[in-house]
Amino acid sequence: MRYIPNTPDDRREMLREIGVSSFEELLGSIPTPLRLNRQLTIPDGQSEWQVRRDLTQMAEKNLNATGHACFMGAGSYDHYVPAAVNAIASRSEFVTAYTPYQPEVAQGTLQVIFEFQSMICELYGMPVANASLYDCGTALSEAVSMARAHTKRTRIVWSEAVHPSYRRVAQTNNLALGTSFDIAHCPNGQQTMDSISMLLGDDVAALVLQYPNFYGLVDDLSQLVERAHSHGSLVIFITDPLAMGLYTSPGQLGADIVVGEGQSLGNYMSYGGPYLGLFAASNELTRLVPGRIVGITKDVDGRRGFVLTLQTREQHIRRDKATSNICTNQGLIAARATFYLSLLGPQGLKAVGEACCRRTQYLIEKLRSIPGFSIAHEGHHFREFLLRVPGDARHFYKYMADNGILAGVPLTKFGINDERGILVALTETRTKVEIDSYVSLASEYASGGSK
Amino acid sequence: MQRETELIFERSRPGRVGFQSPPTPDEMPQCEIPPRLSRAAAPRLPEAAENTVVRHYVDLSTRNHHIDRDFYPLGSCTMKYNPKINDELAALPGFSGLSPWQPAPTVQGALELLGELSDSLLEITGMDNITLQPAAGAQGEFTALLMFRAYHMMNGNVRKRIIIPDSAHGTNPASIVLSGYAVTQLPSDSNGLMDMDALKRALDDDVAGLMITNPNTLGLFETNISRIIDLVHDVGGLVYMDGANLNALMGISRPGDMGFDACHMNLHKTFSTPHGGGGPGSGPVAIKAKLAKFLPVPVLEKKGNVFSWDWNRPDSIGSVHTYYGNFGMHVRALAYIRSLGGNGLRAISENAIINANYLRKKLSPTYQIYIDKPCMHEAVFSGNNQKSKGVRTTDIAKRLLDYGFHPPTVYFPLIVPECLMIEPTESETKETLDEFAEVMLKIDKEASESPDVLKQAPHTTPVRRLDEAGAARNLKIKYFND
Repeated sequence: MRYIPNTPDDRREMLREIGVSSFEELLGSIPTPLRLNRQLTIPDGQSEWQVRRDLTQMAEKNLNATGHACFMGAGSYDHYVPAAVNAIASRSEFVTAYTPYQPEVAQGTLQVIFEFQSMICELYGMPVANASLYDCGTALSEAVSMARAHTKRTRIVWSEAVHPSYRRVAQTNNLALGTSFDIAHCPNGQQTMDSISMLLGDDVAALVLQYPNFYGLVDDLSQLVERAHSHGSLVIFITDPLAMGLYTSPGQLGADIVVGEGQSLGNYMSYGGPYLGLFAASNELTRLVPGRIVGITKDVDGRRGFVLTLQTREQHIRRDKATSNICTNQGLIAARATFYLSLLGPQGLKAVGEACCRRTQYLIEKLRSIPGFSIAHEGHHFREFLLRVPGDARHFYKYMADNGILAGVPLTKFGINDERGILVALTETRTKVEIDSYVSLASEYASGGSK
Repeated sequence: MQRETELIFERSRPGRVGFQSPPTPDEMPQCEIPPRLSRAAAPRLPEAAENTVVRHYVDLSTRNHHIDRDFYPLGSCTMKYNPKINDELAALPGFSGLSPWQPAPTVQGALELLGELSDSLLEITGMDNITLQPAAGAQGEFTALLMFRAYHMMNGNVRKRIIIPDSAHGTNPASIVLSGYAVTQLPSDSNGLMDMDALKRALDDDVAGLMITNPNTLGLFETNISRIIDLVHDVGGLVYMDGANLNALMGISRPGDMGFDACHMNLHKTFSTPHGGGGPGSGPVAIKAKLAKFLPVPVLEKKGNVFSWDWNRPDSIGSVHTYYGNFGMHVRALAYIRSLGGNGLRAISENAIINANYLRKKLSPTYQIYIDKPCMHEAVFSGNNQKSKGVRTTDIAKRLLDYGFHPPTVYFPLIVPECLMIEPTESETKETLDEFAEVMLKIDKEASESPDVLKQAPHTTPVRRLDEAGAARNLKIKYFND
């Protein structure tokens, strides 16, 4: 068997050295009724060629962003992944290494994570970042429980313009500890004082805002941050790191905790995972930060080296006193983000951000002129906007997909009662030809295709 | 002696670029950012050409131990070979290029894959239903505990406590507390198994459940498991199996048949998806039918030959992941299961058990074996013999690095003094195990003859022993300090 080197001869010899006459003798501690007295009903093993053929066929049944122009976002984006990211990240030294608990033979992983933390701090304007969490939803869950632990308060206020899926995950994960959640409506898709400040108060652990928000709008949040702080509440920002070449950082705006989805940094959409939960915080929260953190130190010869640090916070030491059960990070995905950001640099990050923003403005302007179509929100859009189409957005989606375009994400996907609404996202990989054909197909749809 | 490696920031020179963004046609409007929101100072990311970036990270990569180069005898962590075909398949555009929001009819191949993986894992565990959503084993534990909680709440009494043995993984107590329960920890008996009398004394109507690893973290099958489960069920509690050690059981014995109500699997352990220097993992949870209505949404559904996601589940605990879990890992795990088939999976477990017992036999004359009887896929030793010569387990671990081996898991489980927990897995050859045993015996000899060599180890690694306490005291966790 190709992944098991022991031959029948090896097995016999090893069993003899162990001192048993058969393998079954080693199972003496398993009571007979608990032994499976039949074979698993899983088909026989396949050759590598068969596995490749069958799974490739499964892959080919899916519409994907290679064969279709993908205008779908809502937390997952079709950005370009440079070849160098794939090349470095596929090195087995990164792929097949274990968690760096033995730092002397894990300096590669540890230094990459240290660089990753440094870059996340730069993007978000925050002093502390961890070595990543599972995804943005789970990072928000951890941020909420950290705010609770720090403030000893139990109420969370968040805006409707926080991604509904992130909210659902954070609610699920904080349910058992009795956290309550109040949602502030955002009438024009915007997070404003009018819509949010009335829910704030001295019992609020944290105000949660998204920037750029779920509808792609970049709101001016500084007053809201001040108001929340005046009540002694923390402010949690959810921020796409890819936007940070263009916009004032959450740290600059006064955020206490920043979380984000790092998929946009050199990672594929991969049907929702693996993704990369980003997590940064203010200095005073350092010892409550969940998960792993890498620090710099020296070896006995005085050379610089890297280790996992502040481990006394963690579950393997604190057990039932730990404030988080996270025992892993997304090491390889964080490494990809590090390679990506190293290649882009400040200029590249800004260029990609501008490319997204300009394409978005272009499509918005074009769609405004088509009868029956409207742009739901005024304000500055970064990479995404809410489009209202004639009739049901799901029909529009299907019409567009039949013509080679994945047109966006209908709002009904999120349980939002807006049948005409579809979130449209444009990354730097959308060409003018693709965008123009979006517009002409939409025109056709408006003039009859919608029936 | 190797030179100190530069940080990528130290290789940065203003004006250098390693990436070119796709061009934006002139007729597209400019990005006009409201002045208050426009970033004043660019983030200080490295500035370097592509070849510098590649060279930097390739250089760093040479400072890692990894399973493609050498052995990791890590107990409870199951570092087995990661088949290459799996990575290629996960990268196919038809898998990697899917938005999580695509309508089900456009992703039938992906859903079919999740369906087949689910069915296979249910057959391996003997359970009724499954969620692939948890992104790690610890998240799987937590997901199951939330389902336990929902189950008890439905029965009118949420209860207060969850019982664990003192040999439990650290994630178990942490997950228990986060799901709103108190931890009751029980001592192990002199055979390294759950103490039945202590269990009976601890059981009452306040007990929501029991979490237990089987085979346990001493590498032993809990022989009384049926009785343990009956006792917990008798007081209305539920029983969870931490599936970290499933590599010992495939095709041999099934948690569902033992009577467990839920268990998780670590796809990055048993099903060979790579550890990636700490992740991504994947921790699906399989359950008995009585918990099905509480599964996290969405739940995969099949009607005829058509797959879809069912979101309409009023009793669901909610969602524990933003999307459907680590899909890329699901592709790899299914490729592994397909490659091995039912018989191959059983062969995996058999060979993992043989390899572990072989090392137990080879090492136990020198290193004190904690429980002297056949083990499952891992064996737990104590460095007590060596401690009496003045060296600690950590010194043995560091000395192994000089010989090119990664150390075993050390100082876990907590109940074993100077613990060394060794799990060779099925993917190592007899020759590798012989070499490893030989080195372990050599190190024991060194402990008698030249203990200082151990205490100052490692000597040949890219850096030598690192000051971990100093790192926590003078915290420096990012490059720019301001």
